[in-house]
Amino acid sequence: MTAPAPTALIPAKQRPGDRLFSGSALVAGSLILAVLAAVAAFLVIQSVPAVTTDPDDISILRGANIVEYIGPLVFGTVWAAFIALVLAVPVAIGIALFISHYAPRRLAQGLGYIIDLLAAVPSVVFGLWGGNVLAPAIQPLYTWLEQNLGWIPLFAGPASGTGRTILTASVVLAVMILPIITAICREVFLQTPVLHEEAALALGATRWEMIRMAVLPFGRAGIVSASMLGLGRALGETMAVAMVLSASGGITLNLISSSNPSTIAANIALSFPEAYGVNVNVLIASGLVLFAITLLVNTIARIIVNRRKDFSGAN
Amino acid sequence: MKFNTFGRAAAVTAIAALALTGCAANEGGATGGDDSENASDLTGTLVGSGASSQQSAQEAWTAAFQDANPDVSVEYDPAGSGAGRDTFLAGGSAFAGSDRAFNDEEVAAGGFGACTTDGIVEIPAYVSPIAVIFNLDGITSLNLDASTIASIFTGDITTWNDEAIASQNPDADLPDTAITAVHRQDDSGTTENFTEYLYAAAPDVWTEEPDGVWPLDGGEAASQTSGVLDAVTGGTGTIGYADASRAGDLGTVSVKVGDEYVPYSAEAAAAIIDASPVVEGRGEGDLALDIDRTTEEAGVYPVVLVSYLIGCEEYEDPASAELVKSYFSYIVSDEGQQVAADAAGSAPISSDLFDKATAAIELIK
Repeated sequence: MTAPAPTALIPAKQRPGDRLFSGSALVAGSLILAVLAAVAAFLVIQSVPAVTTDPDDISILRGANIVEYIGPLVFGTVWAAFIALVLAVPVAIGIALFISHYAPRRLAQGLGYIIDLLAAVPSVVFGLWGGNVLAPAIQPLYTWLEQNLGWIPLFAGPASGTGRTILTASVVLAVMILPIITAICREVFLQTPVLHEEAALALGATRWEMIRMAVLPFGRAGIVSASMLGLGRALGETMAVAMVLSASGGITLNLISSSNPSTIAANIALSFPEAYGVNVNVLIASGLVLFAITLLVNTIARIIVNRRKDFSGAN
Repeated sequence: MKFNTFGRAAAVTAIAALALTGCAANEGGATGGDDSENASDLTGTLVGSGASSQQSAQEAWTAAFQDANPDVSVEYDPAGSGAGRDTFLAGGSAFAGSDRAFNDEEVAAGGFGACTTDGIVEIPAYVSPIAVIFNLDGITSLNLDASTIASIFTGDITTWNDEAIASQNPDADLPDTAITAVHRQDDSGTTENFTEYLYAAAPDVWTEEPDGVWPLDGGEAASQTSGVLDAVTGGTGTIGYADASRAGDLGTVSVKVGDEYVPYSAEAAAAIIDASPVVEGRGEGDLALDIDRTTEEAGVYPVVLVSYLIGCEEYEDPASAELVKSYFSYIVSDEGQQVAADAAGSAPISSDLFDKATAAIELIK
């Protein structure tokens, strides 16, 4: 084999259709960047007065400074989303594996549709369900947890009389992010090379061992990115949290009491209707923080996915 | 057969009653007829903004007023009391709805955008009782004084069979359930008026300044009136406060005034307005009230939300003056107050206040 002789590049022939298509693709691609930049610019510009104004002149802060105001909200946002993720990911992986590797074909298809349907339920409906059905139903459990596991700081109590705690909100969030995580995991697991699976089985692996050796390592990057997508939704979820959570306190790890930190999005939704003047800017500043958190989460997810890509067998 | 004749008699009576009330209604309309005939010449757009507590009432008033004056369009933006006052100050609206009147400093500073002078008209046109609601099996009513209510909401009283509650309710079979006090999570006029009551009537227990945002940390919080109702209904041993028209089947507290316990009612709520003096040193048209939450007068229910209509005495634009004048006149009229009572469960103002309000509205030009 000799090296191919260097040839002059022949410019591709440009037809009107090509130009039109590449042009519109370029516009679409830059549009998303432009929108993102516009949102970021809006948030930054509107946030400036919240930082520069004397905190004593901003009624919504009630004597605190802006960091003390947004801090508990950031904690509440991340904490609720984290608990939701811890609850949802194992279940989602279980459902995805069941659909991709255990269930009979026809059942798997039906189940897939139902999971996708869950994603179409509006968050207000989840909020109503969480506040009016789940919270009263789960309240006795909180009383029990306080009496029997009260020595764990998470369950220190006093248990909420209504069940509208951050744990309830997280359960609702977990249900809401379940479909998206399940759907992506299922697709990733189905992509596992059949040769890997058959090789594992041929070496005498049981089905569970095959999944552990072939499917899960292959799907790890997919699981991470699915979780991060779910986390993004949980961080930004507004209505369901606003309707379920009894937000009246600062930073606490207690999961079952009435005093919980609010989340950024829910706080904006609840405070905005009566906000005026600089108060609006404070709320927008908290929105900017949420924007930054989401960006950070997505970047971390990207990094993890890129680092794992080489080992996943996808290449 | 006998029953039938009885039924027929009843039907005749009912029809007669209907016809009579029909007459009365017509007459009521006729007395206001002069106004509405004049008013039907009105044209233009009237813009107001302010308290969301007035929203349902404003919607009802707007609809009825526009029916009577087809060429007028009234737009009320329920942006919140603070925003409403700011917009009015800046001249962005012809009138404001607000859960509190402008305070002395604000009135002294003046500079109301739509007005030529610093004189303003403030009318407490929307009065609504706030019910203290609770959810306890088998108990529909409790007697509590202000300091007990305050102690419950500060968290000092933690169980329902506490001595402070039991001593005021010897007949009630109080359980040893823990109390969950539910408050509003969002900024609201209901909270502002409720904390104002606690601050005035139980100053030893409740030391926080009245505010639209719940001033204490901790406790159970729920968003909007419906959220509080859901939390109180769904929980066990819960207590909260909400607009009385929404109390439904929940147990309600009779509040101690003087030596007796008064349950909420529209009449008792309107009575406190009459028992309260107008703030001194204000203009003639300024009916800002110094609500006397500590009154000991009989039959007065002191936990009320009072929301004001605010307009100019003298408008830069004579057309707005005409519109505001007739719209305010409609709102304080018997018909307007009844419309609000039907739509929002508010308490119609007394004839005494109606006279004062009419005099104030007459000043608008």
